[in-house]
Amino acid sequence: MAEGIKEISDATFDAEVLKSEIPVLVDFWAPWCGPCKAIGPILEEINRNFEGKLKIVKCNVDDNPSSPSNYGIRAIPTLIFFKGGEKVEQIVGMVEKSKLEQTIKNNL
Amino acid sequence: MSGTDYDLVIIGAGPAGLAAALYAGRARLSVLLLEKAAPGGQILVTDWIENYPGFPEGISGTDLMMHMVAQVNRFGVDIQTGEVISMDLTGQVKRLELNDKTITAKTVIIASGSSPSKLGIPGENRYLGRGVSTCATCDGPFFKDSVIVAVGGGDTAVQESLYLTRFAKKIFLIHRRDQLRAVKLLQERVKNNDKVEIIWDSTITEIKGGAEGVEAVTVKNLKTGVESDLAAEGCFVWVGTIPNTEFAVGHVELDEKGFIITNGRMQTSIPGVYAAGDVRNTPLRQVVTAVGDGAIAANEAMHFIENM
Repeated sequence: MAEGIKEISDATFDAEVLKSEIPVLVDFWAPWCGPCKAIGPILEEINRNFEGKLKIVKCNVDDNPSSPSNYGIRAIPTLIFFKGGEKVEQIVGMVEKSKLEQTIKNNL
Repeated sequence: MSGTDYDLVIIGAGPAGLAAALYAGRARLSVLLLEKAAPGGQILVTDWIENYPGFPEGISGTDLMMHMVAQVNRFGVDIQTGEVISMDLTGQVKRLELNDKTITAKTVIIASGSSPSKLGIPGENRYLGRGVSTCATCDGPFFKDSVIVAVGGGDTAVQESLYLTRFAKKIFLIHRRDQLRAVKLLQERVKNNDKVEIIWDSTITEIKGGAEGVEAVTVKNLKTGVESDLAAEGCFVWVGTIPNTEFAVGHVELDEKGFIITNGRMQTSIPGVYAAGDVRNTPLRQVVTAVGDGAIAANEAMHFIENM
């Protein structure tokens, strides 16, 4: 799933997210999470719409325990919006496309 | 009458909306199925469904949703992401204002479902996603060998608490009465599970925590009034549902809890407007009843259009 959205790991988190030139939305997910699968298409659409302005990446919490733990994540899907290496917004659970787009626009 | 964008617009792509779309699509109506987040509705957060006929071993909520969407896709239904902000249902042409455009239709089925109720206690919002949850399948694996407090006594509370026993070392199920409301089979399972301890006649009044998230939950015995803190890393809340009807207030008749009032034909107070599934004043909120509602509503919409 999530064609076009890059999968990152604990090892690449720093380079891909914290040192990114443009803002990054990290989708913390796992294969066993139904709502995570369900928001996949929304994220792909947004990824296309904001190409060049925003980078969306996915982080599998099963394979990469450190990154979610660093941000106190105990629920997925959790989306964290990073700008200049800093966390600026965190969205927990299912989110409407319109709300997510608004959050992104507010923070870009 | 003048042309409309669609014969039928269905608001919400949970089981009721998907079933309505299936029937309307096969009836060759032009159908738009609108979903504000992602298709599936509340079954997405249900780990295992074993009371929907046709799946002898049961089926996961996600798989059932994917099957339903695939089935609808066969019949030319337009599924779009969009949220209804306001409506004008008074005329023959029903007008729906979405977040990004206006659409018109001859008939409307409201199948916007319901959402988990909150307790409305201190700490609940603050620790949401940091120990407070309503989705065991999403968040259960974060609580390996933890102590969890679960609140509720219905089917969802008991079934999802049992699911959490795969991860947690101990679950305290807090219920405000002296017996569970859940179906007998689930009651038997929970009573035979050593990991779950039921605390009767009680509710929770506060969720406490620190930088790491939830640390304790205050439990109040409703008979004695005594409050005590229970150390726990998780707090799962399953205390019923509230209808997703904010956009329908003032447009169709609602009951005192906000559910849409319909008759047995799923007709609301407005001709050509129907409601189906969890969002209506139904005595049973299950996948099996939602899909039945959806089929009836679509059939009624079809007859309404024929008689226009």
